Amino acid sequence: MDYNTIWFILVGVLFTGYVMLDGFDLGVGILHLFEKDDTNRRIHLNAIGPVWDGNEVWLVTGGGALFAAFPEVYATAFSGFYDAFMLLLCALIFRAVAIEFRSKEKWPLWRKSWDIAFAFGSFLSAFLIGVAMGNITWGIPLNEHHEFTGNFLTLIHPYSLFLGITTVALFAMHGNIYLILKTEGELQAKLRRWIKVTIPIYVVCFLIFNFWTMYKCTHIEDSLRDHMVELSILFLLTVMAVGAIPREVHKGREFRAFLFSCLQMAFLMALFGLSVFPNMIFSTPNVENSLTIYNGASPQNTLQFMFVVAMIGVPIVLTYTACVYYIFRGKVKLTEESY
Amino acid sequence: MDVEILSRIQFAFTIAFHYIYPPLSIGLGVMLVLMQAFWLKTRNPLYHNMARYWTRVFGLTFAIGVATGIVMEFEFGTNWATYSRFVGSVFGGPLAIEGIYAFFLESGFLAILLFGWDKVGPKTHFFATCMVALGAHFSAIWIIVANSWMQTPAGFHLVREVGKNPDGSPIEVPLDPGYILKQEDLDHVRAVVDSFWEMVLNPSTLDRITHTVIGCWLAGAFLVVSISAFYLLKQRHLQFAKTSLKFGLAVGCFASLLQLVSADSTARGVGDNQPIKLAAIEGLADTTTEAPLGIVGWVSWDKDADGNIIGIKENSFKIKGLLSILMDGDFLHPVEASKTVVQGLNDLPSDEFILARHPGATPEEIKLIRPEYWPNVPVVFQTYHLMIALGMGLIGISVLGCILWKTGHLWRTDIKWVRWFLIVLVLSVLMPQIANQAGWFTAEMGRQPWIVYEILKTSEGLSKAVIAGQVLSSLIMFAFIYVLLFMVFIYTLTKKIQHGPKDDESINILPEKWRPMALKGGRQTAPTTNDQPND
Repeated sequence: MDYNTIWFILVGVLFTGYVMLDGFDLGVGILHLFEKDDTNRRIHLNAIGPVWDGNEVWLVTGGGALFAAFPEVYATAFSGFYDAFMLLLCALIFRAVAIEFRSKEKWPLWRKSWDIAFAFGSFLSAFLIGVAMGNITWGIPLNEHHEFTGNFLTLIHPYSLFLGITTVALFAMHGNIYLILKTEGELQAKLRRWIKVTIPIYVVCFLIFNFWTMYKCTHIEDSLRDHMVELSILFLLTVMAVGAIPREVHKGREFRAFLFSCLQMAFLMALFGLSVFPNMIFSTPNVENSLTIYNGASPQNTLQFMFVVAMIGVPIVLTYTACVYYIFRGKVKLTEESY
Repeated sequence: MDVEILSRIQFAFTIAFHYIYPPLSIGLGVMLVLMQAFWLKTRNPLYHNMARYWTRVFGLTFAIGVATGIVMEFEFGTNWATYSRFVGSVFGGPLAIEGIYAFFLESGFLAILLFGWDKVGPKTHFFATCMVALGAHFSAIWIIVANSWMQTPAGFHLVREVGKNPDGSPIEVPLDPGYILKQEDLDHVRAVVDSFWEMVLNPSTLDRITHTVIGCWLAGAFLVVSISAFYLLKQRHLQFAKTSLKFGLAVGCFASLLQLVSADSTARGVGDNQPIKLAAIEGLADTTTEAPLGIVGWVSWDKDADGNIIGIKENSFKIKGLLSILMDGDFLHPVEASKTVVQGLNDLPSDEFILARHPGATPEEIKLIRPEYWPNVPVVFQTYHLMIALGMGLIGISVLGCILWKTGHLWRTDIKWVRWFLIVLVLSVLMPQIANQAGWFTAEMGRQPWIVYEILKTSEGLSKAVIAGQVLSSLIMFAFIYVLLFMVFIYTLTKKIQHGPKDDESINILPEKWRPMALKGGRQTAPTTNDQPND
């Protein structure tokens, strides 16, 4: 395996970490307005309180790793998706500060405004992440210098919009399961009722999106043929993991359901990675201008050095992140430090 | 307006706003470590109460720092895509390392710092506080490594793509050192690393890290000074205010004096590595020995009849020979040191430098071309001198504050001039903030017209896929969001200050896990009212 492939996997791992972790706190945001009671809203917020900014770091680090290892891909994607990313930034800023400011004041208008900012910021972030993923799979028009030649409207088409919706549904379900883990009593019972809605919506989206990809994304056919076996196994695993979520919820084992939810995201990302490999951004209609892990990468010495850096750093990060999650395990209790 | 100026305004605006908050986090982080260390040493609940109050202020600044920081990580790609392609394999490294080693450390342990009081014991909590402060410092270090490479690039060479391998990876040949980049090269030429450590430890890195980090300490220390002085004036939370003020003044005094040494070394580094920048910020037109140091004044452009810039006119109060002495650095032999030649803008950049880029230019043409390679001298002169003046002011205030603390006058709020001094202390929070901003404007505007010094021009680094209308809309969006954010921040901070720290007996109740072994099990620690910290 060459360093380009290793970095493809590493960047994939960072973004998978991002969707698994920030996925649930974006999901909590998407569900936020459906809860009307102020105390319950605070419990929701404090369920993600200690961990949300750590979760967002996965996105920042993923961006940094992409910049270092695949600068062409970073430059093309970020300048090509300019308007979408500016909106994403707007959404991320609003939801971040909404968490911080919301409970600082008691007056209803203050709280209501920040609640709306938090919910819409979370929804928009999830949606735009999905749209961006959709465009990367679907392909965007690139010229021979890998410059994006379309505009904002080029990025909006049924497939990318649908992937946006699927992402929202996915995060809502993921957040819902997480909230069940962090709550108790009546609130938990209510969240258990919600899960009967959020899971089916996601499963339907999941199925449509998979068939749509297989039938319409013609440029991944080559890779579908080459990796038929691996892809089938992965797809089967994904379906099994998705299927396990309602079963575990039904049996009241939410922690397992949460793990399966994480697992299916990892499988999905692997599925995505394997079916586009070695491409990183498809160019349509001129497929020969696509950005791959070879023509978009930094030179070998950078990849090698950064690999060593990551191999030392990432295990340390995983260790203390796990410790932090362990320390904050259990149900949410509102204290004077709470949001 | 074109994409270049809009993108520059957007980057300057978003980074300047972002840069209000990380220095506060870094500086307050140091203060929190000190306060908790004092608690561990003395077990005086007052220090615990202080740490808790300042942690709440810290949490507020940190959240906005995170939110506005994500923007910065994106903007290299969105607005400066050509730059990102050109330097990605060099410049991306420090950013990725910052993510892995700094941001995770900060945000992971932040959870324990903010919300872990009841979850972990005092030593673990202290450890978490140290890790947050360490992570904040790491992030400052790596981002300044990246920025310093733009100022004084080292440890890299340029390569030109001459073909493709079968797998699509480029076949590249190295270019000679000193190769001058042309507009048409940008699609085929990029910078690659020779030596990672040479890149990291480029000529300006260490000076600039020291200078910036001390600036951050000042920002944190004077926030503590300001709020404590406010309480003292209002006669509220007296015990808390006095002790916090001592912490703030001690760190502020130490840092501002240290900053003097760092500033001296940084300026000499600029003189060695970026003589044009030095001449611009000092407003020095002619190359001379016994170069004067301007204290205050103004610089304007000297233009010919057609409106072309041909030089600068400066009017300032100056001290003869001091700049030469400072550049030489031999303070024990000032007369010899003043013989040091300092180059002025009329000779910078050199004729050879210009001829290499504009072959066959006549001496008259060279005169007209030269100002194209100067930064905006009237502006950087002012920002630089503003920074120096504020730095000197901070030294004065903090040294005087420490003297009054030792003589005991600082607490005598019945004396009128002491009250005036406390008002100055309340306002002093703005000084390091403005100095930090002015310093960064000097550093970044002083680098112009280059984005990578004397390699790549700012105008060449833009995104080709982005048009002016897009940047204008995002700029308006950021302006709107950030103004709103700033107002909410000020409002919430004011509320926190009004509300103040805990002031009653309840400060003696420590979190369960913090209580001494013998007192565990629901009983409170005995009130230690007589146990006051030494003045």
